[in-house]
Amino acid sequence: MSPKTLYDKIWDAHLVHEADDGTCLLYIDRHLVHEVTSPQAFEGLRMAGRKVRKPGNTIAVPDHNVPTTPDRVNGIQNPESRIQVEALDKNAKDFGIHYYPVNDIRQGIVHIVGPEQGWTLPGMTVVCGDSHTATHGAFGALAHGIGTSEVEHVLATQTLIQTKSKNMKVEITGQLRPGVTAKDITLSVIGRTGTAGGTGYVIEYCGEAIRSLSMEGRMTVCNMAIEGGARAGLIAPDETTYAYINGRPHAPKGAQWEAAMAWWKTLYSDDDAHWDKVITIKGEEIAPVVTWGTSPEDVLAITESVPAPEDFEGGKVDAARRALDYMGLKPGQKLSEIEIDTVFIGSCTNGRIEDLRAAAEILKGKKIKDGLRAMVVPGSGLVRAQAEEEGLADIFKEAGFEWRLAGCSMCLAMNPDQLTPGERCAATSNRNFEGRQGRGGRTHLMSPQMAAAAAVTGRLTDVRDLM
Amino acid sequence: MEKFEKLTGIAAPLPQINVDTDMIIPKQFLKTINRTGLGKNLFDEMRFDDNGDEIPDFVLNKPKYRETEILIAGDNFGCGSSREHAPWAIKDFGIRCIIAPSFADIFYNNCFKNGILPVALPQEKVDILMKDAEKGSNARVTVDLENQTVTTSDGEVIAFEVDQFKKHCLLEGLDDIGLTMEKAAAIDSFETQAETARPWV
Repeated sequence: MSPKTLYDKIWDAHLVHEADDGTCLLYIDRHLVHEVTSPQAFEGLRMAGRKVRKPGNTIAVPDHNVPTTPDRVNGIQNPESRIQVEALDKNAKDFGIHYYPVNDIRQGIVHIVGPEQGWTLPGMTVVCGDSHTATHGAFGALAHGIGTSEVEHVLATQTLIQTKSKNMKVEITGQLRPGVTAKDITLSVIGRTGTAGGTGYVIEYCGEAIRSLSMEGRMTVCNMAIEGGARAGLIAPDETTYAYINGRPHAPKGAQWEAAMAWWKTLYSDDDAHWDKVITIKGEEIAPVVTWGTSPEDVLAITESVPAPEDFEGGKVDAARRALDYMGLKPGQKLSEIEIDTVFIGSCTNGRIEDLRAAAEILKGKKIKDGLRAMVVPGSGLVRAQAEEEGLADIFKEAGFEWRLAGCSMCLAMNPDQLTPGERCAATSNRNFEGRQGRGGRTHLMSPQMAAAAAVTGRLTDVRDLM
Repeated sequence: MEKFEKLTGIAAPLPQINVDTDMIIPKQFLKTINRTGLGKNLFDEMRFDDNGDEIPDFVLNKPKYRETEILIAGDNFGCGSSREHAPWAIKDFGIRCIIAPSFADIFYNNCFKNGILPVALPQEKVDILMKDAEKGSNARVTVDLENQTVTTSDGEVIAFEVDQFKKHCLLEGLDDIGLTMEKAAAIDSFETQAETARPWV
């Protein structure tokens, strides 16, 4: 048998049909659903008189639109947001799929809820009408975002029409230095490859630095595979993975656990597997980074300065000029001297318990800079409860942070959590696009530690100075 | 789905790389539960100022590009989220074809589900079309899916590649779900076998 990558193995195990022209029908094990990209899909099913083929493998949770203030228990004020969430309530009930409604403690960002509840398992195919589905690749699951037409296709047929991607290996060797995190890994990779560098590929992250990451860290790395243009990001399962899954509500138990483990242990890339592209980065050389521009590839170490458009080539020259203008920055300005107005800690990239622990560690006994707006939005109700139990919530509140309920919040600003024009934000989310966090808002992406450090000083800050 | 066979129309130049889905259709317009009516908000933050007035410099606001049916753009068009609202807005505006050096994966697939043809061409070919598009409404570009060609207003013919299955579906206006339903027996037998092999799923 010819050697295979992990991606090849998962692909082969889910291939329902392959046409002569290479078009494949791939079986989908888990379908995650949220309120923004699904209403039109359910409507399509109704109009065609179709059912959900596997309601037991379909999991829905509202996250994008939900307010994160405590008054949300009284209902959603914005009428359009309310209609979308109510539509999901109804669709979940009508089609008999698993559902975590707004006020359920298990509610949260779909990509945090899935793994937390044990829905995401190694070797699975996982899709969702959301590009950050890549997150689930941390478990060695083939996971990617799909559009609404494909959501409808999966609901109706439990399959997806696909063509196979190429294999890319991203190896992070050695160990990370203190103050450097999974977020710095994933941003540094995008900084190197560009936002289109992964187009046409599925990435497998490997190497000692990846192996040393917790599941939370691995999810952060895979989450942003899409920002590098890749269809999916993968990390082969190991003891860290199994320990995280074991005992979760929907994880296999007893004999089924044993059977699953036997298969999961075969899920790795063979030594002599073929890679279409290989990138190697030394873990020791990764610094704490921030973004300066309006693309996730605009990544620099916090010790560097804002670049000039002339530092780039081709279409990037104009793009950099436009980005500097939008961001209100001048070439040569030291990144660590950029003053901020707001700090956002949360999102499917960095809204898990470990992220909150890391930020709280920096904030312990400190106050945020006067006049700053700072909020923590836990990724799920369970993350929030655990953070309260561990005393992290008190640290955030005493430092001056708002302690919110779970949701996507200011990552994409579909709910009331938005930036105003010109407002500059240190954010742990995944996109710094123009207008992403609110029209005219200026986003700098970074790790939770770096965001906490920025909250203390009021400017982009090298977290190592506070450690 | 609406068919795409051959289109001759005005092409607008948008020589910008990394046009993302937040630019194409900002999130405040994702709250709809319908697929239609998004065209008026296409490129909203680039087209309109804070008061909702048109920004005259933006290409689609210029008189000669108001009837644009083909968009010529920079590398990595459609990067960002999976929102199908992006192609819905593009189609609703009246644009049926986008030509760029490369497209983001999810956006590219979403186009084909909505009767829009995304054409990826080498940068130098896109540069030729960008120049042609700059001529405005007197220059009509023709996109022929059957023959896989783009023809400039000067008659220069540029060939492009496209996945044959996607081409077939677009030419015929086929519904993917209907096609997959024809393979129900294969899905049934896969499920039976998978339930034995991976009963924990």
